[in-house]
Amino acid sequence: MNSRSHTRWIDRGLKAYGWAVYAFLFLPILVVVVFSFNSGRHVAELTGFSFQWYVTAWTDPFVVRAFRTSISIALTAGLISTVLGTGAAIAMPSLPRLVRRSFDTMMNFAIVVPGIVLGLSLLIFVVSATGWLNDWITYLFPDTGFSLGLGFHSVVAGHAVFGSAIVAILVRTRLASLDPEVIEASSDLYAPPLRTLFTVTLPLLAPAILAGFLLAFTFSFDDFIIAFFTRGQAQTLPIYLFASIRRGVSPVINATASTLLAFSVTMLIVASLVNRRRSQQRPVPR
Amino acid sequence: MTTPIPVGTIEEGVRPETAAPPADRRLRRLLRTLASPGLLWYILFLVGPMVVLVVFSLGRRASNGGYEPAFTLEQFARLGTRWTPFFNTMVMGLLGTLMCLVVAYPMAYFMATRGGKYKTLLLALVVIPFWTSFLIRTYAWVFLLGNRGLPTVFEMVGLRNVRLLNTTFAVLLGIVYNYLPLMVLPIYVSLERVDVTLRHASKDLGAGPWATFRQVTLPLSAPGVFAGVLLVFVPVLGEYLIPVLLGGGQTYFLGNALADLFFQSRNWPFGAAVAVAFIAVIMILILVYNRMTKRIVAQGRGSRLL
Repeated sequence: MNSRSHTRWIDRGLKAYGWAVYAFLFLPILVVVVFSFNSGRHVAELTGFSFQWYVTAWTDPFVVRAFRTSISIALTAGLISTVLGTGAAIAMPSLPRLVRRSFDTMMNFAIVVPGIVLGLSLLIFVVSATGWLNDWITYLFPDTGFSLGLGFHSVVAGHAVFGSAIVAILVRTRLASLDPEVIEASSDLYAPPLRTLFTVTLPLLAPAILAGFLLAFTFSFDDFIIAFFTRGQAQTLPIYLFASIRRGVSPVINATASTLLAFSVTMLIVASLVNRRRSQQRPVPR
Repeated sequence: MTTPIPVGTIEEGVRPETAAPPADRRLRRLLRTLASPGLLWYILFLVGPMVVLVVFSLGRRASNGGYEPAFTLEQFARLGTRWTPFFNTMVMGLLGTLMCLVVAYPMAYFMATRGGKYKTLLLALVVIPFWTSFLIRTYAWVFLLGNRGLPTVFEMVGLRNVRLLNTTFAVLLGIVYNYLPLMVLPIYVSLERVDVTLRHASKDLGAGPWATFRQVTLPLSAPGVFAGVLLVFVPVLGEYLIPVLLGGGQTYFLGNALADLFFQSRNWPFGAAVAVAFIAVIMILILVYNRMTKRIVAQGRGSRLL
């Protein structure tokens, strides 16, 4: 009897604790969202509902331009990550041992090492490589005025290093859950390899590939630190937000941040729904 | 009664043995081509930069501020000048990881043992914040802790001049807030795997809830705890945003020292040396840690350690 009431108290305590942690996780974000609709400027001035900060934020040409840059970087990096990561995941088992090992090591390294290291090493790499290339360009074509440097492309390069590792992990997990006999059957029936790839393997992997793309996109869209080092003159939205935050808290930042939150959360929910289809789509029950 | 078809013989009968190898070989060749863009990308944008980083770290700073090719260890000899941020990062990293663990363990325990049919939802609710923008999550605390946030609320109840932002406390809070999911997830996974019957058995043998937890659940969740500690500690070491936005320059991390070296003082060779040393420290830490924890888990000594 005593022990049972004891357990009930533990039960209640754990439940309360769980809710408290969820509150801790979500309340700060929620406060930002709530105050983005507040017509007053500060926490102490909850004065009324208003969309004005959203209007201010999204009519600001700097915000709009940074948003466009972020979207196009995230789309490019996401697509590249998807192609590279999927290819790597499918090829991995049939690669020679040494190649497979080193590929694995590189991907793990990309995930483990803090983003700041990826960013700054890419920065000095791009600066020295393009410096050297630019010397050749001006030597060979003195009148073009064309030169390479940091910017859109170097950010994409960095994001795709991390992104393709994410895609590869998702696709490999899915691949491991597939029945290898389905793919073998296709080649046993004399389907050419390329046809097997496009009509059997890729459709089976599609949910994981799509989920991988969405995650790589979200990562790139939200990334600050790699872009901070490799952006050159390019202005992404996180970089712009960082600069405004350093100038001080404002309801306009709340509005911009809330829009971005809504955007990322939508992407995430779509990604998880897409990847969930795994269980319903198993073609051959074992 | 049907006899099962002897698959093997039919296959061998239908398919001439010479037909398989060329198709297989073609498939292999195709697969290898599929891997090459990824490999190329990694060699160009991951290995290449690492090599350049090492080359720079062995070089010298030119008199005009650029890089001068050399083969010297003098940049590494000066590493001691960045001892303070290094020490700071390590201490804050350990403290932050420990706080994450303390907050995360009961949470993971709650999810794994009291989740019932809502486990997936509970898990998703922990993961979702992690995949939203790190910057915005940190900003949320800048907004809350800043002078016009919670301190104004405190003033209404009579507490004046409480500084919350730009403190070490704020940095720790930011670390726990941002990295909590990385600690909860692995612990949850290992707790989920603990067989319920083991707990029941322990109870049937007369152990109280605390003894059961201490002697059964906790040791079995050791792998999750070890994984979580590593997952949190390593990225915290490279933290830049949290100390800048929540610490306001009061707490200076290695990441901030690196950013300063690359953008303010523009001493790239020395910055590269600091980065190389940083990577080396991380790699050694991971290796030693993995070896240690693997042995502990293998010998089932988790209970004595925890």
